[in-house]
Amino acid sequence: MLTLQNIDKRFEGRPVLSDVNLTVPKGATHALIGSSGSGKTTLLRITLGLIPFDTGYVKINDQALLSFSPVQWADRIGYVPQDGGLFPHITGFHNVSLIARLRGWEKPKIAARVEELRKLVELDAAVLDRFPFEMSGGQQQRVAIMRAAMMDPQVMLLDEPMAALDPLIRRSLQQELKSIFQRLAKTVLLVTHDLGEAVYLAEKITLLHEGKVVQSGTYRELLLHPADPFVTSFINAQRTLPDAAEVA
Amino acid sequence: MNPRLTRNTRAGSWAKGVAAAGALAIFSLLPAGAMAIAPIVVGSKAFTEGYVLGEIAAQSIEAVSNTPVTRKLGMGSTGILFEALKSGAIDVYADYTGTLTEAILKRPDLKSLDAIQQALLAMDLVMSGPLGFDDSYALAVKESFAEQHHLHSIGDLAGIEAGVRAAFSYEFMDRKDGFQGMAASYHLHFAPQHVNRMEHSLTYQAIDDGAVDLIDLYSTDAKIEKSRLRVLEDDRGYFPVYQAVWVARKAFTERHPREWQALLALQNSISAQSMIDMNAQADIQHLSFAKIAAQHLGSEAPRSQSLKSSVLQRTREHLWLVGIALLFSVLIGIPLGMAAVRFHAAGQAILILSALIQTVPSLALLCFLIPLFGVGMRPALAALCMYSLLPVVLNTFTGIRSVDPKHLENARAFGLTGRQILFRIVLPLASPTVLAGIKTATIVSIGTATLAALVGAGGYGAPIVSGLSLNDVPTILTGAIPAALMALIAYGIFELLGLLLIPAGLRKQA
Repeated sequence: MLTLQNIDKRFEGRPVLSDVNLTVPKGATHALIGSSGSGKTTLLRITLGLIPFDTGYVKINDQALLSFSPVQWADRIGYVPQDGGLFPHITGFHNVSLIARLRGWEKPKIAARVEELRKLVELDAAVLDRFPFEMSGGQQQRVAIMRAAMMDPQVMLLDEPMAALDPLIRRSLQQELKSIFQRLAKTVLLVTHDLGEAVYLAEKITLLHEGKVVQSGTYRELLLHPADPFVTSFINAQRTLPDAAEVA
Repeated sequence: MNPRLTRNTRAGSWAKGVAAAGALAIFSLLPAGAMAIAPIVVGSKAFTEGYVLGEIAAQSIEAVSNTPVTRKLGMGSTGILFEALKSGAIDVYADYTGTLTEAILKRPDLKSLDAIQQALLAMDLVMSGPLGFDDSYALAVKESFAEQHHLHSIGDLAGIEAGVRAAFSYEFMDRKDGFQGMAASYHLHFAPQHVNRMEHSLTYQAIDDGAVDLIDLYSTDAKIEKSRLRVLEDDRGYFPVYQAVWVARKAFTERHPREWQALLALQNSISAQSMIDMNAQADIQHLSFAKIAAQHLGSEAPRSQSLKSSVLQRTREHLWLVGIALLFSVLIGIPLGMAAVRFHAAGQAILILSALIQTVPSLALLCFLIPLFGVGMRPALAALCMYSLLPVVLNTFTGIRSVDPKHLENARAFGLTGRQILFRIVLPLASPTVLAGIKTATIVSIGTATLAALVGAGGYGAPIVSGLSLNDVPTILTGAIPAALMALIAYGIFELLGLLLIPAGLRKQA
């Protein structure tokens, strides 16, 4: 379970996050959604332990971030950066196994874990010997998920996982991603600006606007019982294409 | 607010550590001037007569001494030689009274030998009596040009000087008793666009080729006759007297009285004609300086080196110079480049400083370094280190700065420590740029190291400098060709190193 509790954060006196609360139950997939400038990237960096915050708690299974060293915390949160964020100078295999090697894992243990994850994300074994620039966008995304899952973290954090992919690949990868999440059985927090992605992948959505949580709930709840006119306008703004009736 | 969160926010203490190590390495280079001098060191100026006199001095000392003699012949300029003498890097060399009063003591009023000797003694330097010949500045034109314009003396130039094309040596142009004073004294108004500054030995080439009409020369130059030049009479007696003398450190004359006596025995023993003849043997017949000096002294010439063994020796010297300089510039330059990224203000200072060093002319830099390091390898190494610093510092800085910050943040999010981020992510990603900087530094130092000969450090520069003073192209080539080959080989080695050091994922992309 991932808990963000009463998070406040100011930059040079200007509030960026105000009293943010968010809970992702164990095994659930949750989307944090907001437009650019909403504070979602700041919240992501706080959750990763990259920047300090002013008040509140970040907890995994009721253990606070502050009680861990950065290394311990990193092993509890598997992070998939935007576009995969693979290191360009090493192969897929070395990207996946980098942290385990630094932690002194034995080679057979590393090989076994990589193989297990490779099967889970259904990646062709040959891809792991390639450098990132030799992989397709979808392959990079899957290698990045393997890397994030390598140390068996309790929580997975994904930043705009589909942003850079073209629409057709997006559609098919979304389906794969959903089944990968199910097989991983991890607590997942997804940060995105794309409502479609959030609705498709996550059970619950938290909408962030100007540093505050506007509403948390299922898509249905947001659609039918908006807590604020902004929720409706945010949803409507993302339904950009007219439907068949409107075109006719 | 949690202090632990900030601990890992940026690659932390590594930069401080390496910066400190770099500073230590710089300081360990410094106190070098006071090295104990076991051998007797003979210096010389970098033109034919200088080499001949240097060789005569060295052989005369060797004839009476058990102390080994080191030859630092062909050192850059009067200034370098005099600094070398004062700092004890050389013991003795031949100079001219006019040079001593005008350029060194800056006392043109001193006319008598005695007065000059007194002035030098105040600097703990001893001057011998005259060696017997006078080598003053003179102006010369082609015989044919002289006939055409009825020229016999400098004064005869009046009226035609504005159309005269001249080539003068740098020293002549800049000395108080050189061009400016001469023109003023004779009321001559040369056209500035027709007055060229060039290396002395090349002025003969220029007048031979008809590119210029008038050159300055030394009255004992061997090529006067060969080039069919007419020396114009100094009818106003403008040029000071340039009597050749030995100048030595007082400490040397006291510690080695027998050797100093051997040099004093040469007083009044070299006539102007025999000096011209010796210069001609070097410039025109291409005899070795050692042989010419031995003939003059009536002794046997020391065994001369074969071309192969001398090239081998110069290769060793050159490799040593470039290798050590490179090692230092890498050990200092990479940490400095890293520190420049880490500490913003200091970083700018480091970059500006290393760029400034680059703008100091190499001869001037060598001159500054002699009081600190003496002559020979040390100042040459220091200068080379300083010159090869900029490409390494700049490329390290640029290479690290160009690493996408998202990779650094991701690495932190994965729990990599500052040191792990540096060695696993930053340096590998920056390595192509850093290596390119080291490659540039290497190629540049192979070229610049040829200047090391001017401070007596040997290397491929030695034949280039002496060949230049003799206008002897084959000799120049024995230095220039191996230097070019070494640069090519270094280039190839770096291509191979690139295959080994640059991560494959980056190489294929490039």
